[in-house]
Amino acid sequence: MLSRLNRLVAYALTPLFLLFFAGLSYAKEPTGSRPEGWNLLNLPVGVSSLSRNSYELHMILMWVCVAIGVVVFGIMFYSMIAHRKSLGREPATFHESTKVEMLWTIIPVLILVALAWPATTYLVERYDTDEADMDIKITGYQWKWQYEYLGEDVQFMSELSTPESAIYGDSPKSEFYLSEVSEPLVLPVGKKIRFLVTAKDVIHSWWVIDLGVKKDAIPGFVNETWVRIDEPGVYRGFCTELCGKGHAFMPIVVNAVPEDEYNGWLADKKVAVAAERELAKKTFTLDELMTKGEEAYNRSCAACHMGNGEGITGAFPALKGSAVALGAVETHMDVVINGVAGTGMQAFGGQLSEVDLAAIITYERNAWGNDMKDIVQPVDVLKFKQGQ
Amino acid sequence: MAYGPEKGIGRWLFSTNHKDIGTMYLWFSFAMFLLGGFFAMVIRAELFEPGMQIVNPEFFNQMTTMHGLVMVFGAIMPSFVGLANWLIPMQIGAPDMALPRLNNLSFWILPFGFTLLASTLFMEGGAPNFGWTFYAPLSTTYAPSTVNFFIFGVHIIGASSIMGSINIIATVLNLRAPGMTLMKMPLFVWTWLITAFLLVAVMPVLAGTVTMMLMDINFGTSFFDAAGGGDPVLFQHVFWFFGHPEVYIIILPAFGVVSAVIPTFSRKPLFGYSSMVYATSAIAFLSFIVWAHHMFTVGMPLAGELYFMYATMLIAVPTGVKVFNWITTMFRGSLTFETPMLYAIAFIILFTIGGFTGLMMAMAPVDIQYHDTYFIVSHFHYVMVAGAVFAMTSGIYYWLPKWTGKMYNEAMGKAQFWVSFIGFNIAFFPQHFLGLAGMPRRYADYSLQFAEWNMVSSIGAFMYGAAQLFFLYNVISTIIAGKPAPQEKTWEGAEGLEWTLSSPPPYHSFTTPPQVK
Ligand code: HEM
Ligand SMILES: [Cu+2]
Repeated sequence: MLSRLNRLVAYALTPLFLLFFAGLSYAKEPTGSRPEGWNLLNLPVGVSSLSRNSYELHMILMWVCVAIGVVVFGIMFYSMIAHRKSLGREPATFHESTKVEMLWTIIPVLILVALAWPATTYLVERYDTDEADMDIKITGYQWKWQYEYLGEDVQFMSELSTPESAIYGDSPKSEFYLSEVSEPLVLPVGKKIRFLVTAKDVIHSWWVIDLGVKKDAIPGFVNETWVRIDEPGVYRGFCTELCGKGHAFMPIVVNAVPEDEYNGWLADKKVAVAAERELAKKTFTLDELMTKGEEAYNRSCAACHMGNGEGITGAFPALKGSAVALGAVETHMDVVINGVAGTGMQAFGGQLSEVDLAAIITYERNAWGNDMKDIVQPVDVLKFKQGQ
Repeated sequence: MAYGPEKGIGRWLFSTNHKDIGTMYLWFSFAMFLLGGFFAMVIRAELFEPGMQIVNPEFFNQMTTMHGLVMVFGAIMPSFVGLANWLIPMQIGAPDMALPRLNNLSFWILPFGFTLLASTLFMEGGAPNFGWTFYAPLSTTYAPSTVNFFIFGVHIIGASSIMGSINIIATVLNLRAPGMTLMKMPLFVWTWLITAFLLVAVMPVLAGTVTMMLMDINFGTSFFDAAGGGDPVLFQHVFWFFGHPEVYIIILPAFGVVSAVIPTFSRKPLFGYSSMVYATSAIAFLSFIVWAHHMFTVGMPLAGELYFMYATMLIAVPTGVKVFNWITTMFRGSLTFETPMLYAIAFIILFTIGGFTGLMMAMAPVDIQYHDTYFIVSHFHYVMVAGAVFAMTSGIYYWLPKWTGKMYNEAMGKAQFWVSFIGFNIAFFPQHFLGLAGMPRRYADYSLQFAEWNMVSSIGAFMYGAAQLFFLYNVISTIIAGKPAPQEKTWEGAEGLEWTLSSPPPYHSFTTPPQVK
C-alpha cells in the first residue's frame, strides 16, 4: 500500500516542482502597489536601471534553472517511473563514459560564460558612481538612519515611527507597520544621486529593493553607490545587516518627487534648520525642558536605558540613581555628547540638536526620582561643544 | 584481555573503540539537533504572525545565533564524524581508527565546548546574539559580556574537529586492507578524506579569527576596530575564508552517503566513480577561492567583485557533474524505494534546487538584491537541511540494520520520510518568495505584507520538527524491538566491505585484513 502511495506522490511531485518555479516567475506591476499576501512571490522590477537590470538577470537565471531542472528532473523521474524493480526491470551495467562526462562539463561551462556576459555589464554599470548630480551621506546608527544632503547644510535622523504598543499588540498595526519613519529621505527623480554610506557603531546595510540599491554601512569606512530614480513614489526598505536588537526596527522610506517639488522641500527644510538654530539661543524653564526631554529621551535613549531609566542588567546601565546622572554636569554632558568609546553608548553630539541634548540631560537629572534640580540650557551644550 | 567492550560507564568514558565513539558522536549530535531544533521552533513561533508575542527582539537574536551555531557545529559536523567513525574502518577493512586515544579525546572535549556555549543562556547578558557569522564589531565592541565563553567554546569545538580530521587522514592513508588502492575506496571514504584536509586547513583560521576577537575585546588590540586602525571588513574576509570551505565540509560527506545509497537501490554501480573523485577534489579546491561571494555588498573593488563572481560560478560545474552522475546511476537501473533511497532521491532534488539558487546568488549584480534576505535563508536550508541532514538520515536508515542487527519498520520509515519531506518544503520554499519580495533575514518582526508566507513557513517548520521526534522514535524502537536484520543481504544491491561483516559487526571490525580484488 505504501509503495502505491510513493508512486502517487512521485507522479504528483513533478508538476508540483514545475509549478513552484512557474509561481516564482509571477511578477506584479513595477511600482506603487506592492504585492502582498499570497501574491508576494517575486523580485519587483523597481524604478531604476539598477533594479531593472537585477530583475532582468534574475529572470534569465530563473528560466535557465527551470530549463536545466526540467531536463535533469525529467530524466530522474523517468527513471523512477520506468526503471523500477517492481516492473521487472533488470539493471544495466554501464558505469562510465568519458564522452558523456566531457559533455556535461563543457555544456555548463558554456551556459555560465553566456550568463557571465550580462552579469559583468550590469556590475560595471553599478560601480560607475562618477558624475553624480548630488551627494547624500547615509549614516547608520543603532537603530536609525541619518541623512545628510552634502553641500546643502541639511541633515536629519530618520527612525521608526511605529509605536511600541503596535509591536507588542496593545494597539492596532497600521498599513505600513515597521515600514514607516519619522522623516523620509526626500529625493528628486531623474537625477543621478550618489550615496556615501557609513555607520557610527556596528555594521548596517541600507537597502531599498525598488531602487536596486543595497550597500553595507561600515564604521570607519565610506562606501559609494548611486541611483537614478525614474518614477515619483514612496519606496520602502530595510536594514539588511544584523545590527543588534533593533535590527528589524530601522526601516527606510524614500520619497521620490519631481525636481521642482524637491527644490521647494529643500528650501523649506533650510528655513526649519535656521529656526532650530535660533531656538538654541533661547532660555527654557525646567518644565519646558522636562516635557521636551521626556519626548526626546523616549525617542533616542529609551531603546537601551529603558523608559523607566532602569536599563537592562548586564547590558545597558541604569540612569535612575546613576553616578553620572547624579554627578557633575560636565561629565554627564561629556557622556551624552561624546559617547563612551568601546561601548554601545553613542556620541549623540552629532545626532541631536542642542535643544534636544539639553532637554535630555535635564530630564535624566530630574526624572524617575533623580532630583538634581539643575537645568542644562541649549547654550550650555553649545558652549561645551565649542569648548572641546 | 577479553574481547569485547568494558562493562558499565567505563565503556563510554574511556572508550577507544571506533564504534562506541561513533555511537556517542551520533547520539550527541542528535541531542544537539533537538536543542537547535527547539531554538528554531522558538524562532518560527515568534514569526508565526507580525508583532512580538513570545520573546523580545534581544532574545530572538540569541535564538537565531544559537540555532545556527548549534546546528552547524553541534549537529551536522559531529554527526558526520560519528558516521565516519563507524564506517571508515569497516569500509577500508581496518580493525579500528588509527589513533584511538585521540579519537576518545576528540569526542569527549565536545560536550565541554557546548556546555560553555549553552551556559551563556543562563548568564547575565545572555547568549551570543550576533549571528552565527558573528561579524565584528557587533561581536566585539558591542558584544554581551558572555562573548568570551563563546570564543572558548569555539576553540574547543575547533580543536575537536582538527583531532578528528587528523585521525581520519591517518586511518585512510595507513589502514587500508591489502589491495584497496585509493581509487578503489568507497566514495564516502574519499569525500571524508578530502573533508578532513579541508578541516585541517580552515579550522585554525576560525581559531585565529576568534582569538583576534578575544584580543580586541580583552587586551586592547584593534584588529577589527577602525577607530584603532583595524578593519571590520577584515573580519569578514577571515571568517569566510573559513566559512565557505566549512559549507563544503558539511556537504562533502553527505555526497559520500548518497553515492553509496543510490547505487544500492538502483542495483547498478555508481556511474563515473573517478569523475566523482575529481569533482569532489575540484569542489574542495574551489571552495578556498570563492569566499568573498558572501560579501558582495561590503564595497569591494570592481575587480575583486568580478573575480569572486566568476570563481563562484565555476563551482556549479563540478557540483553539476555530481548530480548528473547520480541520475545516470539511476537511469536504467532496477529501482526500489526503501526509506534510505527516498531520502537520497529527495536529497538530489532539493540539493539541486539549493544549487540553482546558489548559482543565482553567485551573480553579484542580482545578489545585491538577494543578499541577507530570506532568499539566502532558503538557499542554505535547501543545501544544509535537505542536503546534509537528509543525507545523514538516509545513511542512518541505510546502515542502522548493519550497526544494530535489527531492521527498522519500513512503513514507519516511509511515513517519517513523507512528513519530513513535505514539512521541509512547506517551511522553506515560501522563504524564496519572502526574500525576493524584500524580507531581510534575522528579523524579529516584519511588515504586514510578509504575514501569509511566514505563517505557512512556520506551519511547515513545526511539521518538520515533529518529523524529527518521529525519527527518534523509529531509531529507538528499532534498537529495542526491531526484527532481526538478514545476515546475508541486508540490501540486495549493497556493495562494499562493511556488508561482508556480521550484523551487528564484531567489536574490532576486521581483525585480519580482507583481500580486496
Ligand atoms: C552550487 C553551489 C553553491 C553556490 C554557487 C553557492 C553560492 C552561495 C552564495 C553566493 C552565497 C552568499 C549569498 C549572500 O549572502 O548574498 C551563499 C550563501 C550560503 N551558502 Fe551557498 N552556494 C552553493 C552551495 C552551498 C552548499 C553545498 C552549502 C552547504 C552545505 C551552502 C551553504 C551556504 C550557507 C550556509 C550560506 C549562508 C551563509 C550566511 O550568510 O549565513 N551553499 N551560497
Ligand atoms: Cu559560500
